[in-house]
Amino acid sequence: MTNHKRFFVTGVVVTALAAMTAACGGDPATPASTAGATAAAEPVTINVHTFGAGENFGYDEAVKKWNAEHPNIQVKYSNLTDRFEDVYLPQLLQRLQAGSGAGDIVGIDEGAMGLLAARPQFFTDLGEHGLQDRKADFPAAKWETGVNADGKLFALGTDIGGMTMCYRKDLFEKAGLPTEREEVAKLWPDWNAYLETGKKFQAATKDAKWMDGPNTIYNVILSQEAPKNGNISYFDKSNQLVIETNPAVKTAFDWVQKFSQEGMTAKLQAFSPPWTKAIKGGDFATMGCPSWMLGVISGAAGESNKGNWDVAAVPGGTGNWGGSWLAVPKQTKHPKEAAEVLNYLTGKEGHIAAFKEAGAFPSSIPAQQDPEVAGLKNEYFNDVPTGEIFSTSVKDLQPVFLGEKHAQVKTSVEKVIEGMDQGAVSYAEAWSKFTAAGVKAAG
Amino acid sequence: MTLQLAPPRHASGKRTAPRRRMARFDVRGMPYLLVSPYFLLFAIFGIFPLGYTLWLSLHDWELAGDKSFTGLSNYTELIADAEFWNAVFNTVGMFVMSTIPQIVLALLLANALNKRLRGRLLLRLGVLLPLVTSVVAVAVIFSGLFARDYGLFNWMLGLVGIEPIAWQNEKWSSWVAISTMIDWRWTGYNAIILLAAMQTIPKDLYEAAALDGASARRQFWQITIPMLRPTIVFVVFISTIGGLTLFTEPVMFEGNPQMTGGTTGQYQTVAMFVVEAAFRNYEMGYASAAAWLLFVLILIGTAANYWFTRRIGGSR
Repeated sequence: MTNHKRFFVTGVVVTALAAMTAACGGDPATPASTAGATAAAEPVTINVHTFGAGENFGYDEAVKKWNAEHPNIQVKYSNLTDRFEDVYLPQLLQRLQAGSGAGDIVGIDEGAMGLLAARPQFFTDLGEHGLQDRKADFPAAKWETGVNADGKLFALGTDIGGMTMCYRKDLFEKAGLPTEREEVAKLWPDWNAYLETGKKFQAATKDAKWMDGPNTIYNVILSQEAPKNGNISYFDKSNQLVIETNPAVKTAFDWVQKFSQEGMTAKLQAFSPPWTKAIKGGDFATMGCPSWMLGVISGAAGESNKGNWDVAAVPGGTGNWGGSWLAVPKQTKHPKEAAEVLNYLTGKEGHIAAFKEAGAFPSSIPAQQDPEVAGLKNEYFNDVPTGEIFSTSVKDLQPVFLGEKHAQVKTSVEKVIEGMDQGAVSYAEAWSKFTAAGVKAAG
Repeated sequence: MTLQLAPPRHASGKRTAPRRRMARFDVRGMPYLLVSPYFLLFAIFGIFPLGYTLWLSLHDWELAGDKSFTGLSNYTELIADAEFWNAVFNTVGMFVMSTIPQIVLALLLANALNKRLRGRLLLRLGVLLPLVTSVVAVAVIFSGLFARDYGLFNWMLGLVGIEPIAWQNEKWSSWVAISTMIDWRWTGYNAIILLAAMQTIPKDLYEAAALDGASARRQFWQITIPMLRPTIVFVVFISTIGGLTLFTEPVMFEGNPQMTGGTTGQYQTVAMFVVEAAFRNYEMGYASAAAWLLFVLILIGTAANYWFTRRIGGSR
């Protein structure tokens, strides 16, 4: 919680400072760009900027190893904030616009890839530095998303968000439900079964809810439904808003409305301080878990809850929520070196190190096939074989197209769902308010 | 007067020309030079942003994107935007809800502190204490007190059998929470300013009134309030500007930097609306237009309050 607040406050301050200093930018040219041979001996510093809660990108070990092996290119890895849409992204856009202040390598969440792909003027063409050869390493969808409006490769994939369901063993036991992950998975082959199990749980327990809030499960179901409806969510592939007509959105919305009406949600806003507190305090029993969410839970619940949380298969099959990319802004003074580091971090070795550290499942195919990844277990969650679970869950993953204004629309419509869950928006009006908010954000 | 000034002028005539020019500059130019830093800074950080924002508000500009001139269309769109008016309504509502009790309370407090009391200095320092706390700290603490699940206020309501209130959920409850934060911080400050003004009121006025048999209450309304009028006008101005640019408290109360002021904008202020438009939706032109309308709103608010406070005690 304190982290949250602190990040936010520094975020605001940094934004303000960035806006102020941006105008007086214009650094003098560094020796490296002017003085040829003599400069080669001088070490180049590559700043890697990322975002995310808990272990975020999980590059500590990978960077340590690189720095030990490359005295001439030193990497400085900083995680700027745990919030992407409302802190990291606006800051990045301001720095791109100002022409200074952005990292030499920046992390980008899937929600903003459409927005940044439409602004090719700000990013280095990675193809110029030989990274075009990496195509075979990635699933087609992950690769294609990194190609911008000019048809140039500007970003390479890091992790991918294969889907599971996390649950509290202790609460399940108290409610008389099975606690072993195979049996738990059998409780909910589909969302209807999940709903029925929830009713049973709620009948047996008074002081905890079945799920955290509406939006975690909403995103899980949307990610499962989008591939069934032409691999689109809020926007179709020509960037037209289809929020009112895409059945995937309506299905996800209807399920969440049902859960909320049944009184199964703890009415929490995901990624807020009370939500973090509730993960630790055991105020709810289940939560949709893309691979990166494991790091968020273990970070929030802490050592005292080790073994209380476990991981089972998700109702309704596979889906992808989240996942990130790395890109090199054009304003960097060392595009060649930055591309080298990016190549390493998105390579097999970088992917495996990040998976070990942050649980972020690799999008890189060689990394996925590595026995080290396939055999990895997560100690915090009772040694759950995450490698095996996520390898199966990402096998048939479909590329979902996200429009240029996906991030804005997502934030606006999720607010309405939250309002509906908390009672500020009536259930009858919720769908029309939901679509209206989407239309306004896209306008 | 001129005669009196003549000798020094004559004396300076013996000096060399540059020194004389220096001396004249010292008298005529130096004051301007000395006050110029303020005006220079104001030009850079005040006038320029004002003008630039006005220019931006005439454009359709997405942050880090294309910019095109669109004339007044941002303004016409804003005037038809229900969310903007919701933000205006919230801002004015919270301003009224916080400022009126605040000024009244500050007046009463100042009047009490003006009496002969034991430990008067400590009490006077005490009311000023909340002001030295950072706004963010105040907001964080109060957001905790007003929290739905583990908050102190809901716990106390529970003791008397009232269901917990989701403070963020309704307009009235979120406004109450935010107004409480504002008043906690600013009431003492206003009380001290009013107290300082009260002490400049000549004592013989009160003595004369007491001789005529005026009660303490009558003295307060007939002497204190009219004599305080200029200070009340000042205090109301400052509160108006502060109230209409309300930002930190509601943002911290929301607990995340989304700037929406609750799920349906229950407590989104105009300042939050501007930031949301500029840095969450990346519509810089639209945000600039909203910022200018906020400026106009403050001018109107201040003028209205001036008109209103001028009538205090001035009826006869």
